[in-house]
Amino acid sequence: MSTTQTKWEVTPEMKQEILKEAKRYHVEPHKLMRILLNIQRIADNSFPREVAVIVSAETGLTEADLYSYITYYAMFSPERRGKYVVRMCESAPCHVRGAQAVMESISRTLGIQPGETSEDGMFTLEYCQCLGLCEYAPAILINGKVYKDLTPGRAATLMENYINGEVE
Amino acid sequence: MMINLTIDGLPIQVEEGTTVLQAAEKLGISIPTLCHHPDQAVKASCRICLVECEGLSALIPSCAYPVFEGMSVKTHSSKVYNTRRHVLELILSRHAQDCLHCKRSGSCELQSISQEMHFVDSPRYPYRARSTEMDDFSSPSIARSAGKCIACGRCEYVCNEIQQVHAISKVNRGFEVNFVPAYGRPLGESVCVNCGQCTQACPTGALTIKDDTRQFWNNVGGDKLMVAQVAPSVRINLAEALGEAPGTLSTGRLVTAMRRLGFDMVFDSDFTADLTIMEEGTELLGRLQNGGALPMITSCSPGWIKFCETYYPEFIPNLSTCKSPQGMFGALIKTYYAEKLDKKPQDIMSVAIMPCTAKKYEAKRPELGRDGYQDVDLVLTVVELGRMIRSAGINFADLPEEEFDAPFGLGSGAGAIFGVTGGVMEAALRTVYEVVTGETLENIEFDAVRGFEGVKEATIQVGDLPVKVAVAHGLGNARKVMDAVRDGKAEYHFIEIMACPGGCIGGGGNVIKNWKRMQPRYEAIYREDRRLPLRKSHENQAVQNLYKEFLGEPNGHKSHELLHTTYTDRSRLLR
Amino acid sequence: MLQETRIVLRNVGLIDPVSIDDYRTRGGYEGLRKALSMTPDQVIKEIETSALRGRGGAGFPTGKKLRISNGVEADQKYIICNADEGEPGTNKDRVILSNDPNTVLEGMAIAAYAAGATKGFVYLRYEYPYIFPILEEAIENATKAGCLGKNIFGSGFDFEVDVVSGGGAYVCGEETALIASISGKRGEPQFKPPYPGVSGLYGKPTVVNNVETLSNLPSILEMGGERFKQIGVPNCTGTKVFTVCGNAERNGVVEYPMGTNLKDIFVAHGGVKNGRDLRGFMLGGQSGNLINPDQMDMNMDIESCREAGCVLGTGTVMVIDDYNEILDIVENIMTFFIHESCGKCTPCREGNIRMHELVHGINAGHGKLEDLDLLEELADTMRLASLCALGQNSSYPVTSSIHNFRPDYIRAIERGQRV
Repeated sequence: MSTTQTKWEVTPEMKQEILKEAKRYHVEPHKLMRILLNIQRIADNSFPREVAVIVSAETGLTEADLYSYITYYAMFSPERRGKYVVRMCESAPCHVRGAQAVMESISRTLGIQPGETSEDGMFTLEYCQCLGLCEYAPAILINGKVYKDLTPGRAATLMENYINGEVE
Repeated sequence: MMINLTIDGLPIQVEEGTTVLQAAEKLGISIPTLCHHPDQAVKASCRICLVECEGLSALIPSCAYPVFEGMSVKTHSSKVYNTRRHVLELILSRHAQDCLHCKRSGSCELQSISQEMHFVDSPRYPYRARSTEMDDFSSPSIARSAGKCIACGRCEYVCNEIQQVHAISKVNRGFEVNFVPAYGRPLGESVCVNCGQCTQACPTGALTIKDDTRQFWNNVGGDKLMVAQVAPSVRINLAEALGEAPGTLSTGRLVTAMRRLGFDMVFDSDFTADLTIMEEGTELLGRLQNGGALPMITSCSPGWIKFCETYYPEFIPNLSTCKSPQGMFGALIKTYYAEKLDKKPQDIMSVAIMPCTAKKYEAKRPELGRDGYQDVDLVLTVVELGRMIRSAGINFADLPEEEFDAPFGLGSGAGAIFGVTGGVMEAALRTVYEVVTGETLENIEFDAVRGFEGVKEATIQVGDLPVKVAVAHGLGNARKVMDAVRDGKAEYHFIEIMACPGGCIGGGGNVIKNWKRMQPRYEAIYREDRRLPLRKSHENQAVQNLYKEFLGEPNGHKSHELLHTTYTDRSRLLR
Repeated sequence: MLQETRIVLRNVGLIDPVSIDDYRTRGGYEGLRKALSMTPDQVIKEIETSALRGRGGAGFPTGKKLRISNGVEADQKYIICNADEGEPGTNKDRVILSNDPNTVLEGMAIAAYAAGATKGFVYLRYEYPYIFPILEEAIENATKAGCLGKNIFGSGFDFEVDVVSGGGAYVCGEETALIASISGKRGEPQFKPPYPGVSGLYGKPTVVNNVETLSNLPSILEMGGERFKQIGVPNCTGTKVFTVCGNAERNGVVEYPMGTNLKDIFVAHGGVKNGRDLRGFMLGGQSGNLINPDQMDMNMDIESCREAGCVLGTGTVMVIDDYNEILDIVENIMTFFIHESCGKCTPCREGNIRMHELVHGINAGHGKLEDLDLLEELADTMRLASLCALGQNSSYPVTSSIHNFRPDYIRAIERGQRV
């Protein structure tokens, strides 16, 4: 499976929103992380070069610094990602409670392997590290929403709901 | 406040704030380091310099840890030795295994430490060097072998903090850490200005100067006439590349060696440095008198030129339209000289010996050629020339001295000091002052523009006009000056900018240096100025003859055609 | 039957998290009010009397930390709440922040007053995005009620709190890495000295405290340091919020006095889920120890754990059933450290992946007995040479499992050699 086929562009509306966020940096430089994460959300869950140069021009941070920053933190992706980023925890407390089987179920249902994005651009599947939901393991995070106490069956149903657009 | 401590049982007293590494050095104990660089901020990341400190359970990085009263340090206990060895083992098992044919073999800091530690066993871990697929040879000046990077961060520091070019940065996390341009851009397509300071900073063979010596070996002795021009600072730095002390002047032996290598003509770029002063001095006077773009900014540093084109494109009109001495020489060789010898330009191989890696990029600029050929066909750095001399079996130490060839063998002291920061400015002032005032300068040494201070300013009274000048070396300092001009905070008539810290004597094409090593080079170049009988560019008779015979007059039609150039806005690299 | 002692979690489940009125009805901000009626030095003395130690894993005496920063002259000081809870098997800070953010905020204010700070940051990991709105609303309501912000309770003391975000890096739980992250850089740890308490964020004295540590301060001020000291054990006072997870019958975030026995905790949580057998425990977090059932009789406080060759760490109690294999878990843990190593220093950047390589090799059937010696040697090097606690401690799961589950390793090695 591959990433989205169509050439992605920063639309004028997106650019306005990105600039609005980026301007905050001049007043609240300690909020850089939140600003960049917000910008990533505006830019369809990724931080490609087209976005970086806009941010660089507005904030004065160099493209090299921005890339250095975002490739350090796991929450960013310089490559295009799907509308929904499905993050499955692979740390030990989830692992011992059968996270592997849950991941396989999600992977089967979505039709992609961990690290891939579905062809329709809807889903990116990723492993992530501990989500701090160990008491409810196995757990996943989808775009900021938490799903707990998963089994392979419950996970499959959940993903099907997403596929059918039955979830916000 | 003074602190008392013992290192390996030896007592010493040092100032508060001294690191263990510095204190040990005072005692003559040298602790091995890798990520440490005397001209950079402390990183404490390689963990080679670790030492034992009584009372602390973990080992401490001597490069970073400040001494405290009563500290007792052991620099080579069993714990230190074994830990250091294991750290080295971890580095080596991640390192490309081709010492035998690595450019850095013999001068590699990692290799030295391995030898010091007597590391003759195979690492106990499977080799995991970065794949050669990650190598980057896209730049004309700089080669990167990813498998040799030890993630010390010295390259990134010089590019971002000192040069402030921001071509590369530290990307990814953990095992995947790498030092590359953003978003997968090859170096040759990035904002890299080819200054080569990263190759100066790199302790291993990860970042090296592109080796073009093959092109020489494939052409020497063939049909083409091998014509070379030699930059002023090469005569200061070549001997260093052949094992002699820094700052050893070797002009005569240099010429001999090049002839023995097979060059047909060996010319002195000092000559075109004087020519540049004639052209640029005339240009400056023209702008001063006719309201041209001021401040005028020198254009002989190709690293600075690309930097200006990328980051300060609005100042392109301020750049002198003069080509660099290399550029001017190339044009003369392929037109005037070719004509004189009744040869076609394509039958001449125009080679430049430079202290500069960016000259390799400059030589390829489309403006520096015509009719399908480039004015300079091949640029070889000091280090490459040294390599060639060694591989030809020439015993440089015992060579007799010979002279440069006429008609381009005469150069002044003003031309010679082009190789040091402030030198172009001083050379220009020596001529401009005398031409404008008609008086002879009492003191032709302009101390105000000399020295290693990052930005130097001076006001020189030239007749009625107080000429305000600024000199910057290292692109971080260039930014300071340009930002001040851009923001209207400073006003100058003339600015000299050299991309490399210290000027060309600190260029990327020389033997690897730090500021300490620069001092003898600096002294040598001004010694050369004093030694030469001619010290002002406008007194160079050979240059005057060239005007009479061929060029006409400075900034005249022919001069403009051959000796001046245009620039390109490259700010799209930022978009 | 083991009973919880809820001090840190006293309000959890009993109040609306963002309601300032709910919090104050149950005595909230009285600790701060009391602190403001004392001098900063007296407040520090009270905390020193309580003998509270940091709850983020390092166990540094909180009073001492505050005293250091208090003693530095500066025009600005900062207090940072380390809410970058990334240690696998640790949910306590999530529970505290999402259910009772004000106890953290009040604790920050008390610590700020003691140290001389007027500005605070909560560094919240991005994996807890749902906590941002809770914290921000709680801050807004508390400020409106005069419990935070300018001239708190008319004392003249100003304290403002801002919430900043992490970006998905476990190593940012280390204080110097956290500070680097807030400064807009890669969150890489820095060498110490200088210590943040003297020179931290933007070069100013900065106190970095864990969520749980700060949550204790209101109660300490309220009940007094002497009374607090009576809880737990003498050199490790107060309670500990444990995260019972893994294959326990009843997982949960619970609060017991320091020194509570692990066996009691295990039994109180119903033993192993679905009646399976106990393989062992992972204690303290992933840079903690793997212990076998024979070692279960252990008091859970910092010193007792250390004497038993373990770490209390963040209070993780991960139960492992016999369906899981220890070597699999060790591989999984080392994968975590490979991902999370910042990559700056050689021993950690290279060592974690080499440890994984060796354990994986053994697990996959091509290990040798010498590999165990190499693992021990590598662990020693990482412990002595790494720049920060991540590299220094990431080898514990490997070394502890070699000590406590040696037969598992031998079996795997022999299984491979038989082929």
